[in-house]
Amino acid sequence: MGSTALKIDGLDEPTEVGSHRDLDGSSQELLHVLAVDDSLVDRKVIERLLKISSCKVTAVDSGTRALQYLGLDGEKNSTVGFNDLKVNLIITDYWMPGMTGYELLKKIKGSSAFREIPVVIMSSENVLPRINRCLEEGAEDFIVKPVKLSDVKRLKDYIMKEELVTTEESRVSKGTLKRKLEVSEEEDRVISSTTTSSSSSSPSSPSSPSSPSSSSLSPCSSPMNSPSRRHKTTEESSTDEPMLCRYSSC
Amino acid sequence: MLGLGVDRLRADMNRLLAILFHQGVLDEQFLQLQQLQDESSPNFVFEVVTIYFRESEKLLRILRDNLSDREFSDYAKMGIHLNQFLGSSSSIGAKRVRNVCVAFRTASEQNNRLGCLRALELLEHEYCFLKNKLYELFQLEQQRSMAAGVRYPAQH
Repeated sequence: MGSTALKIDGLDEPTEVGSHRDLDGSSQELLHVLAVDDSLVDRKVIERLLKISSCKVTAVDSGTRALQYLGLDGEKNSTVGFNDLKVNLIITDYWMPGMTGYELLKKIKGSSAFREIPVVIMSSENVLPRINRCLEEGAEDFIVKPVKLSDVKRLKDYIMKEELVTTEESRVSKGTLKRKLEVSEEEDRVISSTTTSSSSSSPSSPSSPSSPSSSSLSPCSSPMNSPSRRHKTTEESSTDEPMLCRYSSC
Repeated sequence: MLGLGVDRLRADMNRLLAILFHQGVLDEQFLQLQQLQDESSPNFVFEVVTIYFRESEKLLRILRDNLSDREFSDYAKMGIHLNQFLGSSSSIGAKRVRNVCVAFRTASEQNNRLGCLRALELLEHEYCFLKNKLYELFQLEQQRSMAAGVRYPAQH
């Protein structure tokens, strides 16, 4: 098996949609991650990291291909709205020929259809201004390569929580009136305990056991504060937002 | 007897790995790759490393061609190649190769042709060493799984 037989130009392999689709066509249990990296070695590794973490992966080799896949390359595409093609997370390398990860980030955050998708930047270098710039532009996280299983796990935990909230909220709005009445109270409890990121001043710590990192959330005015961000390690303690990045590369 | 073969081979593999770690040839990222290998992807490490070898040799050829040309001056482009090499080496845990890339990149940033040539020599040497050792490892692994397979023959 290699990356030679490309069904779609620029993708390493066909998307795994078919194999992971549930009987009812929904694939909400599995996170669908779009990985963008021009290095084949890195694509193979990130793909495996994600698959072993039970994610669906679509790997592309450039920002341009990523936009094409999303349907953001100019033409109105029917990708949006198809449940099984919905991307829950975009993880992209920073340095790529053509379009950098930063430029891709800007394009995604500038799109009304896709700006809600969390974007994570990877880079082999620990350049603070670069990290800041990405976070300011709306990146969810910045990971220093090489990416490890623990990085993916942390990301996944955070994204899954966000998805849970979204699913719950949409379920509530679609429910019947009768259901709504009984569900609404439960929803309030669930939403208030899991939405620690959107309301930065919320003091409540999440009740779900699978989010150890959320308890380290500190009040912050930044809208990009995410519950999986840890208090940053070494460099700057002077900035407002606690940084999530892995600075060590020893 | 066959059982002893499997155990001995595994011991040989572990010893080789320990030496490579001790020498700094490999780092923890290589262990991470091994953790990503399982029944659903039983040759993952071999596959990734094979891609790495292919790409690295391409890059080494380019670097060698560039520096063989006395007129060569596009050190910025060389830096891009070195970044690629550096990145993929880091992704598979090839620590010493990666470190030489860093030094090489510094020389190229200074447009230091002599420094680059020296770094390239070192890089080729480290890369060859790594490749030989990893092939040794893969051979041991292959022998081990073959010996284990004979021990538990498939039923027909």
